[in-house]
Amino acid sequence: MAAAPKAMIVIQDLVKHFGHVPAVAGVSLTVEAGKVLVIIGPSGSGKSTVLRCINHLETPTSGEIWVDGRRLTHDHKDINAIRAEVGMVFQQFNLFPHLTVLENVMLAQRIIRRRSRAEAERVARQQLERVGIPEKAEAYPEQLSGGQQQRVAIARALAMNPKIMLFDEPTSALDPEMIKDVLDVMLSLAKEGMTMVVVSHEMGFVRAAADEIIFMDQGLIVEHGPPDRLFNAPSQERTRQFLSQILR
Amino acid sequence: MIYRYTEYAIRNKYCVFRIACAIVTSQPPERSPQGRIITRLSQLPWWLLLILLAGLFLFYKIATDELYSFILSKLQRGILTTIGVTVVAYVTAILIGLIAGLGRVSKNPVLFNLSTLYVQIIRGVPILVQIIYVAFVIIPGFFTFLNWLGASYAWLLGPNNFLIQAQQQSISFLVKVTLALAFAYGGFEAETFRAGIESIGNGQMEAARSLGMSYLQAMRYIILPQAVRRILPPLGNDFISMLKDSSLVSVLGVRDVTQEARLYAAASFQYPETYNTLAFVYLSMTFLLSLLLKGIEHRLGKNGRSP
Repeated sequence: MAAAPKAMIVIQDLVKHFGHVPAVAGVSLTVEAGKVLVIIGPSGSGKSTVLRCINHLETPTSGEIWVDGRRLTHDHKDINAIRAEVGMVFQQFNLFPHLTVLENVMLAQRIIRRRSRAEAERVARQQLERVGIPEKAEAYPEQLSGGQQQRVAIARALAMNPKIMLFDEPTSALDPEMIKDVLDVMLSLAKEGMTMVVVSHEMGFVRAAADEIIFMDQGLIVEHGPPDRLFNAPSQERTRQFLSQILR
Repeated sequence: MIYRYTEYAIRNKYCVFRIACAIVTSQPPERSPQGRIITRLSQLPWWLLLILLAGLFLFYKIATDELYSFILSKLQRGILTTIGVTVVAYVTAILIGLIAGLGRVSKNPVLFNLSTLYVQIIRGVPILVQIIYVAFVIIPGFFTFLNWLGASYAWLLGPNNFLIQAQQQSISFLVKVTLALAFAYGGFEAETFRAGIESIGNGQMEAARSLGMSYLQAMRYIILPQAVRRILPPLGNDFISMLKDSSLVSVLGVRDVTQEARLYAAASFQYPETYNTLAFVYLSMTFLLSLLLKGIEHRLGKNGRSP
């Protein structure tokens, strides 16, 4: 076994099958601390599965994953501790509907980070301020718009002071006028130096924030590189085809 | 004059026809001044009025008729026993149901198979047979096992240790049947809990886990609070069912309200009076309970939130 790598996320030969269907067929990638990696690709290409393997929501069929120097092994001893360092934002927000916005952001701090009520509330209000909805602290999720819910979800993840943030198509379930608010929050996070892995086709965000782009198809990385090169001079015909579809 | 009479008769006939319509189809007939009254009448909760009437009649009887009030006083201790058995057995059943329900949604094959076995047995055996079986087979068997354990470890615990001395006769039938009822209902509550847990979308579990919570923490803080709110109506119904099914314990001679009534009726031959009172007691308890549950559901409906 190789020594623990220094990069924030290292994936080697990741394979994930659902039954007999291969979703990811051998993916290796590295994300340095403070960098933003964006994964693009057609639906069913395995991009979300790669993301979900990083915090072990999916158990890899084979391959190795290191997060911040710790190996995600098949025994689950460390997994909760590693997950607390990896924030995740879902397409469907997945806020806890029985808790207020403030409680949503406080809960994991209280039981995982073992912060006092006052400290957790201070952090929660600070994070809600950061995502631009401090006035909604006492509301319940169902009273918020989709864009507001997604920003609460981001605040909830940030309140744990994660080292990595994963975004799984965070704007796909939003109305067009809500998307900008969420992307603005993500963009400022990227500027502050958060390590991020994002599955998204929002090209404005990708151009502005991505350090590297990976294009996946059928469970494999077809091509990767910085946005300028990938968008302007893709080397693979398949990449060119896909980009012409989404950049139309 | 004749003309007016005919008109009246026709209108009247029409009316009767409409009433018949309303009764047969229980659909509101067309709107007209008379029609509205009939509609209202047909929409009244007649069943409720009849229950209240019967209840009032029996209440009047008990209040004025000495025989009825005497019978009620005879049943008093039995009523307390029934309530006690129901409450203790229900709380125990909820605990068993919660644990078995968690087993039913568990990925651990041992927990899953054990809890499924339990649920299937409970589902397949009549509740009366279960009560008899627990009281006469399982609990004595458990004590035989304890005695055997005590004998096997006599070298360690002494020749006359507490395990050898444990006797199943030391446990009253009251405790045995309460346990039996709890086990019988635990199986049903397990399925209720399973359904509630499975009704909460997978995204909730994933979101909780992605924040670093363990499976049990996610259950405790995220899944169960939402699930319990959803299954409150069936849980409440089961409480009422259990109140009724607790009458089965009279088969084993436990002196609940049914048993007290049977004993009194057999001794006095006042069957109608006794069993009128008995039915009245059960009906008023279940009626009050269902009102209470409606109130609770209403309050939770206002404050309860679900996705």
